[in-house]
Amino acid sequence: MIPAPAFLTNPERFMAFSRWAAPMFGAIAVILGLAGLWLGWSAPPDYQQSWTVRILFIHIPTAWLSEFAYACLASASLLSLVWRQLLADAAAQAAAPLGAGFTLLTLATGSLWGRPEWGTWWVWDARLTSELILFLIYLGYMALRASMDDEIKGARAAAILGLVGALILPIIHYSVYWWNTLHQGASVFRSGGSALAPVFFWPVILMVLAYTSAFGSLWLVRIRGEVWRRRADAAALRAARA
Amino acid sequence: MIHLETGKYAFYVWTAYGVSAAVMAVMVAGALAHARRWKAKFEALNQGQVRK
Repeated sequence: MIPAPAFLTNPERFMAFSRWAAPMFGAIAVILGLAGLWLGWSAPPDYQQSWTVRILFIHIPTAWLSEFAYACLASASLLSLVWRQLLADAAAQAAAPLGAGFTLLTLATGSLWGRPEWGTWWVWDARLTSELILFLIYLGYMALRASMDDEIKGARAAAILGLVGALILPIIHYSVYWWNTLHQGASVFRSGGSALAPVFFWPVILMVLAYTSAFGSLWLVRIRGEVWRRRADAAALRAARA
Repeated sequence: MIHLETGKYAFYVWTAYGVSAAVMAVMVAGALAHARRWKAKFEALNQGQVRK
């Protein structure tokens, strides 16, 4: 078995690593985000979507992150469940509110794009509905953790839910192929080349990288917060016993 | 050259960007506040003996 890097399994090393990595990812996100917005807002209107194409510069990155954050949550849940790594449990817990935020943004920006383009704010199409289910899974995950007094039992229950919930990811991805959907199929990366013209493709790519870097930064900060919380809880317990 | 024109779609475009900025701000503030609050509590409990 390939051993995991020490900074991912050892809280002390993780705290040392994240202390400089979190602001670094944050700075990269700001630089890439400004570049993406500058390029995107310099592009002409799309011949079909007109100026609503600008919504895609923030919709596509959040859609990607809604799934990527859940993949991180599920991977950390697996590490937590199988190898009983406390840092992995903190990582899974920290990913949930961020993933929920990005999923909420996906639904909101998609709706704001859909109204002028499709003529409706919402339709129960497979892609939109599966994305809504993902949002509910995030909320369920957080509610489950919050509802259990025993943190160890809560962590195990949440890890199981986190793994089972990962089944939604391929459903979201392939929904546009398995069912007839109003939502279009893959447009950024697909066989035969991107459906986006270069003037839209590059701003989307920069914004995807910027959002991913922002997620990385926020995730590290939230994991650090969880480590501090657990240390504070342990210190409070020691003080109570003394 | 950046141009802020959004034509008749101004409401949809600017609302989308406004909602995104607001949610991102909440996520950033929430993450920083969470980490700072628990670090401060840990420091208080340990009377200044802090691990980095």
